Amino acid sequence: MYQSTITITLRPSILDVQGKAVELGIHTLGMKEVENVRIGKSIQMTVNAASDDDAKRITEEACKKLLANSVMEDYSFTIKKL
Amino acid sequence: MSASKLKFGIVVFPGSNCDHDAYHAAKHVMNQDAEFLWHKEPDLKHSDVIILPGGFSYGDYLRTGAIARFSPIMNEVITFANNGGIVVGICNGFQILCESGLLPGVLLRNRSLLFSSKHVNIRVEHSESRFTNDLTAGDILSTPIAHGEGNYFAEQETINAIEENGQVLFRYCDEFGEVTDGSNPNGSINNIAGIMNKNGNVMGMMPHPERACETQLGSADGKRIFESLIKSFILQTN
Repeated sequence: MYQSTITITLRPSILDVQGKAVELGIHTLGMKEVENVRIGKSIQMTVNAASDDDAKRITEEACKKLLANSVMEDYSFTIKKL
Repeated sequence: MSASKLKFGIVVFPGSNCDHDAYHAAKHVMNQDAEFLWHKEPDLKHSDVIILPGGFSYGDYLRTGAIARFSPIMNEVITFANNGGIVVGICNGFQILCESGLLPGVLLRNRSLLFSSKHVNIRVEHSESRFTNDLTAGDILSTPIAHGEGNYFAEQETINAIEENGQVLFRYCDEFGEVTDGSNPNGSINNIAGIMNKNGNVMGMMPHPERACETQLGSADGKRIFESLIKSFILQTN
């Protein structure tokens, strides 16, 4: 059994309007040092797999087929043996 | 297609909320046959035209249209479209068509971050399609929009291709037909409001023509898109 933790973000070339709005909020708080706020999604799931490679392969397939849309999003993930 | 009427199949997903508007427009305004198609039943029931209606299928979870795309009926819709069948996606239906790969691109969050519900003007780009053949390039249609994710985006290469192929059918415009940034309600690239696939049998648009088929509703301009579609079948038969 493995735990996959997937992070999905808008591709860098896409204006992240949510991120911009949040950045404005942070600046309003006085934290002018903060820049490039990007909003993404974090997805956790357990994967019944026989090996690290299997867990990676299954997670990768779920990302490609459903969890991320490659037209607008990038994804990365980590796996941990439970 | 029966003797003289087209059959519109309107797919109902959990969370669809414009299915009855589409049914009403097809059946009662356009006087055609219409039937609801439950998303779990992979049967298009001999429909001539499939409509993926507006709404919030699966609560818009993950991404708009992303989960509806895997409903059992969608395999049938994709096969139907790949065999030349006519498929129209309105609002959430457009998002589902993009997620399923039947149309290029994707619909991002509106530039304003706000859900936008109002009447907008859209300009007809050309009449060389079965969705616009009863219209004229430059015609301005008043149609309602109601969406939070209608900001059409695709890679520049894809945008160039769909522009060159004449796949852009409708653009947001002002009351004079000028395509301006001020008349763009969501930030769509090139003010794109509606496109078709390269083969010309699949069309998606964010505005709701089915909600603008009677003057009592504020506009009957949407009817002209349905009239074009019906005319295209008549031309095909003759």
